[in-house]
Amino acid sequence: MSKQINVALIGNPNTGKTSVFNALTGLKQKVSNYPGTTVDKKEGVCKLPRGLKAHIIDLPGTYSLNASSLDENVVVELLLNKTDKNYPDVAVIVTDVENLKRNLLLFTQIKDLRIPTVLVINMADLMKRRGISLNIPLLEEKLNTRIALISTRQNLGIDSLKEIINNYKSISTDPCLDTSRIDPEYFDNLKQAFPNQDLYKLWLVISQDANFGRMSRKTLDIEKFKTKSISELKRLQQKETIKRYQFINSVLKVGQTIDTTKATGLRARLDRILTHKVWGYVIFFVILLTIFQAIYDWATVPMDFIDGAFASLSHWLKTVLPAGIATNLLAEGIVPGLGGILIFIPQIAFLFLFISVLEESGYMSRVVFLMDRVMRRFGLSGKSVVPLISGTACAIPAVMATRNIENWKERLITILVVPFTTCSARLPVYLIIIALVIPEGRFLGLSYQALSLMFLYILGFGSAVFSAFLLDKVLKIQRKSYFVIEMPNYKIPLFRNVLITVVEKTKAFVFGAGKIILAISIILFVLASTGIGRQFNNADYIVRMEVAGENLSEEEIETRIASHKLEHSLIGVAGKAIEPVIQPLGYDWKIGIAIICSFAAREVFVGTLATIYSVGQDDEDTIKNRMKKEINPVSGVPLFNFASGISLLLFYAFAMQCMSTLAIVKKETNSWLWPMAQLVFMTALAYLVALIVYQFLK
Amino acid sequence: MTVADLKKGESGIITDSSSDEIPLKLLEMGCLPGNEVELIQTAPFNDPLYLNINGSHVAIRHRIAALIQIEKADE
Ligand SMILES: Nc1nc2c(ncn2[C@@H]2O[C@H](COP(=O)(O)OP(=O)(O)O)[C@@H](O)[C@H]2O)c(=O)[nH]1
Ligand SMILES: [Mg+2]
Repeated sequence: MSKQINVALIGNPNTGKTSVFNALTGLKQKVSNYPGTTVDKKEGVCKLPRGLKAHIIDLPGTYSLNASSLDENVVVELLLNKTDKNYPDVAVIVTDVENLKRNLLLFTQIKDLRIPTVLVINMADLMKRRGISLNIPLLEEKLNTRIALISTRQNLGIDSLKEIINNYKSISTDPCLDTSRIDPEYFDNLKQAFPNQDLYKLWLVISQDANFGRMSRKTLDIEKFKTKSISELKRLQQKETIKRYQFINSVLKVGQTIDTTKATGLRARLDRILTHKVWGYVIFFVILLTIFQAIYDWATVPMDFIDGAFASLSHWLKTVLPAGIATNLLAEGIVPGLGGILIFIPQIAFLFLFISVLEESGYMSRVVFLMDRVMRRFGLSGKSVVPLISGTACAIPAVMATRNIENWKERLITILVVPFTTCSARLPVYLIIIALVIPEGRFLGLSYQALSLMFLYILGFGSAVFSAFLLDKVLKIQRKSYFVIEMPNYKIPLFRNVLITVVEKTKAFVFGAGKIILAISIILFVLASTGIGRQFNNADYIVRMEVAGENLSEEEIETRIASHKLEHSLIGVAGKAIEPVIQPLGYDWKIGIAIICSFAAREVFVGTLATIYSVGQDDEDTIKNRMKKEINPVSGVPLFNFASGISLLLFYAFAMQCMSTLAIVKKETNSWLWPMAQLVFMTALAYLVALIVYQFLK
Repeated sequence: MTVADLKKGESGIITDSSSDEIPLKLLEMGCLPGNEVELIQTAPFNDPLYLNINGSHVAIRHRIAALIQIEKADE
């Protein structure tokens, strides 16, 4: 094996770590989670000159080594644990040339840990416009390190960065600051007790108590040194911070000049409109409308195409493959099941595209600013807006996006209500049912169908906010509330970053859901094509006896036989057993099966119906047309009529049907209580609303 | 006077930010005595406040802003 070194990319949020990471590793990256957390861990490999290979980790953004969130905690834990297999041989601190002063704070902290530390000053392309000039050799001397001045946007300086990483051994590991100066007596005692330990590291371990306080790997026995109160610790941390800034100021005073006449007013001008008390909200609303319009309009074309293509594929498979159980499984189980998930790709991709553009451009922070006060009224935080918007793509990343909400109560409420927002897994259910039961026609130029969809989105947000309001009243959690959000400068998103996000998230979604759907469609197929008892095994004879008097074509008789068999198959029996529970909602047993399967994941609904309706069918019909033809055996009206359709829509709007979300909520809240509460409460609500609406409309 | 008393566009010099309730993160972003703070924008009801603290652009809630002591910068 060739030698490989560990390189950790560290830096404040929005300095361009991920861009540097992408530039170094290209598409050769792997995303996983830090053990026991849902914090994203991005790893990749970069070939350095002279055959050395670098294993690169993109760490979550952090402002300092005094962790105040789970994300930051991951960074601190890694850097404090020399035995971790990812412990960096070299730390690359990514900074933004516009915020060098603040970014250098983290640099000095990491350097004080005596890790070889390279300084990357990114966004060099902005220097001219902002009137910033840097004396790199002088800065290198003062900071005692090597500096790479780069621009990932213009692909400048990446090679010199690789060269510097390659020579990491020549970088001095002397600290910037003598931490013990903030309280000489205390640090003297520490030094005597742990003569072999690095003082700054000790201080960090001790002072984490004043911060996030979730160090999981206690490497040192420092209990008896916890003689200082939280408030004393904070005072010392403040002192330390001031000392660090004094050092940084003295360095930048000579190493950086800023021509303030060049400071552009673009940011100020944009902020004046985008955070305006009236226009800010109007613009936000227009952006949201545009997104929904785009998802509905642009995505339906490829979706219809995928739907049709899978119907033809099933048909085609049957004609070219030898008849038999394997062919049937493929054409009637797997292919329709997969079609039911692949149909989402256009919409998911669009949603992630919009969300990542909003995030990358810096606009999302403005929304947080605008919405904080309003959201607080409902027990949420301005920062809840981001999860609620991402929730329209998928609740899983949305729950994870709550991580930067500082206040635990606000964060918990956000996590609990996010699953109400209309995630993309609900879309296919909505789309197909809306197409079946909502009449075509227009109101003020907008189609009834589009309006219905919009209503469902509003309903999702509305129930999220309303439940938050209730939870805020019910939950008795007192936590100090604080809220700090950085307002980054506006940027035109880097195409490569957006593309990688969209591809990655879509892939994760399709493969994640694809696995469940594949498994379910195989199980369903088997259950639907086996049965016990006379009714199933002698279906052919029984049906022919029954219809003997009627004048039916052979084809019609075949269809009757197929549905008779399905009804008496294992799945039919199971479906019939639960029918009494769902009949008051207007559903038959087939819908019942689909609903039960979709407790694993909502998107299974359409796939399940597709599989159920395909079993024993030969024709090249789309799922939609098959559903349209279904007749309710009790009332004799079409199964998907206005009343049952609305009831189904509302059921899906409220029900908690997503195992992956429950699993994520369990992880993020560290308790089964909350996911179970979600499951029970949302499902009960869904059942009740669907029941009332159906009984009222029918 | 405190940051919460600033009007849009005004600035001041921080004199004290040592209240226990002010998060360390804010200090690390430059909210330290001697640094300049400017009020860029306020949301409706004067909350939150969008500030430029020593070159860092951040938004904080009114309650915390009222804990940061400043003295008016002379023009
Ligand atoms: N002008 C400019 N913008 C950049 C550069 N590198 C990254 N950005 C932008 O900075 C923002 C943050 O980048 P990202 O890599 O996501 O930062 P991270 O949060 O540190 O991972 C994005 O909008 C990027 O498009 C650069 O070299 N020049
Ligand atoms: Mg990143």
